[in-house]
Amino acid sequence: MTQTRLLDVDGSEIRNTDNERWWSVADDLTDEQHVEMLRSMVLTRAFDTEAGNLQRQGKLGLWVPSIGQEGGQAGVAFAMRDQDTLFPSYREHLMVHQRGVRFEQIVDIFRGATHGGWDPAETRGARLYSLVIGTQSLHATGYAMGVRFDGASGTGDPEADEAVVVCYGDGASSQGDASEALIFAASYEAPVLFMVQNNKWAISVPSSVQSRTSLAQRASGFGVSAASVDGNDALASYVVSRAMLDAARSENAPQYLELDTYRIGAHTTSDDPTKYRSSDELESWKRRDPIERMRGFLRARGIGDDVFSAIDTEAKDVAAEIRRHTLGASTPSSDEIFDFVYTDANASLEEQKLALARFEASFGGDE
Amino acid sequence: MTEQLPIAKALNLAMRDAMAADDSVLLMGEDIGDLGGVFRVTDGLKAEFGTGRVLDTPLAEAGIIGTAIGLAMRGYRPVCEIQFDGFVYPGFDQIVSQLAKMTNRHRGRQAFPVVVRIPHGGHIGAVEHHQESPEGYFAHTSGLRVVAPSTANDAYWMMRQAIESNDPVIFMEPKAKYWAKGEVSTEGAQYALHESVVAKQGTDVTLIGHSAMVHVLMQAAAIAENEGVSCEVVDVRSLSPLDYEPLVESLRKTGRCVVAQEAPGHVSLGSEIAATLQERCFYSLEAPVMRVSGFDAPFPPAQLEAVYLPDADRVLDAVDRVMAY
Repeated sequence: MTQTRLLDVDGSEIRNTDNERWWSVADDLTDEQHVEMLRSMVLTRAFDTEAGNLQRQGKLGLWVPSIGQEGGQAGVAFAMRDQDTLFPSYREHLMVHQRGVRFEQIVDIFRGATHGGWDPAETRGARLYSLVIGTQSLHATGYAMGVRFDGASGTGDPEADEAVVVCYGDGASSQGDASEALIFAASYEAPVLFMVQNNKWAISVPSSVQSRTSLAQRASGFGVSAASVDGNDALASYVVSRAMLDAARSENAPQYLELDTYRIGAHTTSDDPTKYRSSDELESWKRRDPIERMRGFLRARGIGDDVFSAIDTEAKDVAAEIRRHTLGASTPSSDEIFDFVYTDANASLEEQKLALARFEASFGGDE
Repeated sequence: MTEQLPIAKALNLAMRDAMAADDSVLLMGEDIGDLGGVFRVTDGLKAEFGTGRVLDTPLAEAGIIGTAIGLAMRGYRPVCEIQFDGFVYPGFDQIVSQLAKMTNRHRGRQAFPVVVRIPHGGHIGAVEHHQESPEGYFAHTSGLRVVAPSTANDAYWMMRQAIESNDPVIFMEPKAKYWAKGEVSTEGAQYALHESVVAKQGTDVTLIGHSAMVHVLMQAAAIAENEGVSCEVVDVRSLSPLDYEPLVESLRKTGRCVVAQEAPGHVSLGSEIAATLQERCFYSLEAPVMRVSGFDAPFPPAQLEAVYLPDADRVLDAVDRVMAY
């Protein structure tokens, strides 16, 4: 399957007969939009880097870096329309932030204060992170089935028709849930885009063990349209996913997009990638950095250094702010253990909550 | 309206009335459409409500539960049929790691009104995986409500209440008793969803059970009566939350108790009930709480099921033992 790419690793334009139809879409983007994409990538990386530092300093229990994967994430995030819904895995910091999740809310999960972090009703359709690998593919498909049952897709009006994006990776592609999601999406003609970031490593197991074909090739066996894109090329990721999302929303046709990318950091801060992958491989992917590529593209278009340095200044503020939040954040009340297990009061849990309060009071505290 | 209905028809009527009352109620499952399910519990509902409301799904239990979760996020109230008890496990992760925890993960800001119907239990002479009692796994899982009606009237009303619940409900159906008839009144619910109910009054021994086992306990109570022992039977209609008040009240009166179930006894609902009753009724007890259960072995081939499953004689043996104290 041909991989769509518009920008070379240094940001210079690649124009050929294979990608000219994509350039006809990309050429309509304004420099303001390009700069916004770059900004989202730079701010996310600053946040991500500082969160990693905070973990190393013992302030977060765990961190999940997305460094190196910002290009594809920016492309698809900007391709989504207001009415769309996003089902992330746990590494889509840029994407959920773009929908309105605050970086602090992401950090709250990893400092052990919450399993959720935000209310999807307040984050323009960004659903919660999901830690069980691939599980969200089914939730997204069910949600998209509901979109179709509601008649909220397939009217042919892209400004109103809804689509759903679900994110997972090469590792999750081996899960049964991911296959069942493709089956249900195809059977019920659900308006969903499977956004599969192939970052080459499922912790320590390479994608060659997950699949002997490209992941995109698998989708056709399920009757799902597929494409492959350079996932470190934000522009290519944008134009291809924009078209696929509009096909999903207009034609109730599920779509599968494999983004060829690389996890520059560890799987999580508990991981040690030096044990399973070579520094040559890492260095070769660092040279394909999505942020440098976008910066090179914008420089060639005459965007001045003042624009870049303004973004860098803002990025420093983002990092400082997340540090301030993390160091100043409070511990949740123990009521959080009991209060949301069911939607209404549960006698047994109320008793246990009371028993805990009595036990704590028995040490002679505030009571 | 009051009529005599078998449990399967009472469940069917409940789903039909719920679907007529609320457009967001959907049925999902394998073979539930034209066939009406392998037990015909959804018979006629696809013809009445159409393919948009009654979904003959692909054969994939994780897919059924997982997409039901997504549909609930979208505002639907899916009622999922699992074809047989032993086939729920491919969907187990979606039930215990996702469905059960979703409300908590969302801090109560999103409801997950999904009903999972599971025909359970033995006495039907079927092949492996078709006669199990997995309800203990679900009752052990925080965030799920687990209920198990034993009568036709309860089947109707508990299904209506389960569909109206904003929390996920695991709905265990007594498949051996699907065709047992009982009076169903559609005029109003007699009990709340999670109440334990005294099915028969008595004074000497309290017999506790749920689902099809309640029928065995009633049979045992009738035999004991002839032998001069008065048994009170308590139907634990809800396994989570579990309403202990009627159990405690009964045991304070009788001082003797037998808890019966089809599932293996080790780390089971019967164990939990016995432990709780000795905590709450210690000074009322005249004898240890006895458990009668399936053996701690896989459900046997059908020719041995009558040996494996507790019947009235096994219950009466336990009654003799508690009466001996």
